[in-house]
Amino acid sequence: MFDLDRWREIFQSISKNKLRSVMSGFTVAFAILLFTLLFGIVSGLSNTFKGVFVDDAMNSMRIRVWKTTKPYKGLQTGRRIQLKNKDIDFVEEKYEDKIQYLTARIYKNVNISYKNKQDNYNLRAVHPDHQFLEKTIIDEGRFINELDLKSKAKVIVIGRLIKEDIFGNKPALGKQVNVSGISYKIIGIFSDDGGDNEERLAYMPVTTAQMIYGNNDYISQILVGYNPNLSLDAAIAFGHKMERDLRKKLDIHPDDRSALSVRNMAEANKGIGTFMFALYFIVIFVGSGTLIAGIIGISNIMIFVIKERTKEFGIRKALGAQPSSIVGMVVQESVLITTIAGYLGLSLGTYLLSLIGDSLEENYFIKDPSVSPGIVIGATIVLILSGLIAGYIPAKKAAKIKPIVALRAD
Amino acid sequence: MIRIEKLHKSYPIGKDSLHVLKGIDLHIKEGEFVSIMGSSGSGKSTLLNIVGLLDGHDEGDYYLNGQLIENLNEKKAAILRNKFLGFVFQSFNLISYKTALENVALPLYYKGMKRKERLQVAMDYLDKVGLKDWANHLPNELSGGQKQRVAIARALVTKPKVVLADEPTGALDSTTTDSVMELLKEINDEGMTVFVITHEEEVAAQTKRIVRLKDGVIISDTLTGN
Repeated sequence: MFDLDRWREIFQSISKNKLRSVMSGFTVAFAILLFTLLFGIVSGLSNTFKGVFVDDAMNSMRIRVWKTTKPYKGLQTGRRIQLKNKDIDFVEEKYEDKIQYLTARIYKNVNISYKNKQDNYNLRAVHPDHQFLEKTIIDEGRFINELDLKSKAKVIVIGRLIKEDIFGNKPALGKQVNVSGISYKIIGIFSDDGGDNEERLAYMPVTTAQMIYGNNDYISQILVGYNPNLSLDAAIAFGHKMERDLRKKLDIHPDDRSALSVRNMAEANKGIGTFMFALYFIVIFVGSGTLIAGIIGISNIMIFVIKERTKEFGIRKALGAQPSSIVGMVVQESVLITTIAGYLGLSLGTYLLSLIGDSLEENYFIKDPSVSPGIVIGATIVLILSGLIAGYIPAKKAAKIKPIVALRAD
Repeated sequence: MIRIEKLHKSYPIGKDSLHVLKGIDLHIKEGEFVSIMGSSGSGKSTLLNIVGLLDGHDEGDYYLNGQLIENLNEKKAAILRNKFLGFVFQSFNLISYKTALENVALPLYYKGMKRKERLQVAMDYLDKVGLKDWANHLPNELSGGQKQRVAIARALVTKPKVVLADEPTGALDSTTTDSVMELLKEINDEGMTVFVITHEEEVAAQTKRIVRLKDGVIISDTLTGN
């Protein structure tokens, strides 16, 4: 395959016919450049969308309550709805097979102090499943477990930034802290991709909070992680059904969104999914159109080039060149030009993307635009193939021309 | 060296066909210097193309170096051309982006000779045609006569059995014509079979045997006594 003389012939043919080579290369380089930019920018858009939802699990649903805004069954508007333990039990029993994770959430504001350091922090009292729904990352120790719930243990899991605030660089795990007057043991330290606020939080068992703050069975919210085997549509239907069932159970008007609502990630996902699908569809359509235009461009130029060289091929054949050597030479030249030009386009595109990079994030929602290695490899294969085809078809035709006909050509 | 028996060739022209060669019998022995004379349309170029394996024939037999030419595909023809034949064309047919030396070396490339060796051999042949000093010039920097001498060097470089020259002086003035014919004579004197096609009497007169062609048949075949 590697024939130094063949390559020498090709390099000579390319370097002695610069305009021709540059022209063929330019179409390909330009097509690949556009393709790269297009893909990079769309992947940037896609990154932005993904980033918005990175904080919570993709399959989470959140049941929130407030005050009624519609009278129902003789009950007045403005009635404050309160979720209780029996509501979470209801959800668990009724939708057992559709649920992967389930947790309550109680919001409190507490003062945490250790030795002479202290500050106010938001606290969430939760079930163990909360860790997965919130994508809490345990850095040290552990999260709340079933045993803590049962024993109503006075344990607390603190965010990375609380630990920094109060303990600095000193170890915090296992230490007793004072939380609004009651002593708790730190059993874990966590971090979270959702930003600083998410790391300035503390978690404790929901049972402990209910016992200490009011000795009731109140909960603020219910978080559900639907079974990931459900399709988006099924998950959305599940959300609607749960919403209706809960409103009925709590004597809320069926349409009273304000009193009780389910915020379902499935709906957001579906919207984004549809949008991204449309976007990618357009990109693939436009992108492949650009590539095809490039391929047609180089094919045209190759046809022209080969026509121009018909006489040369005739001479070569009269001197003893076999048709295969003519075809091989043209194809190799064409592949070489497309590959080099394609890589120039690709590198320029990647370079431009890295150059504009994050400057577009704020105004245009394009975050970290880049092309994946898969796209690069795919584009390379397309390039080589297109060079092959663009060279092969006209070269095969030219090699078939009888030498006398070829010699007569001008 | 070349034996042709009852050779026929026609070209399709639309629905009809033009019968160009109508039963040619010709025998050329090794070392001969033959010219084919004829006006345009007499079929002399067609004959040369068939002899040169640039075109196939319809009927009859053609033996090149004792080998019957039949069922020839492009690949076989290319190998035979490279091995047995050297071409000199009216319009020189040098490759414009290659130097004189590279043009001469090209047939050796297709023969599979190593680069260093073939450039050496090509230089020897350029020296032989008196153009050693022009080796690194491109064809458009050479005069017509010089170009044709490069072409002759190229035809000779593979040490072919036969040199086929199609109107080799057709594009040259009378002085350069003489020098090119001198060169062909020298080649012939060294034992090479030379086969020239021409319509110029003065050119034909310098060869050793003249075959006259008219309307696709041989009308005379005479030795000149040179």
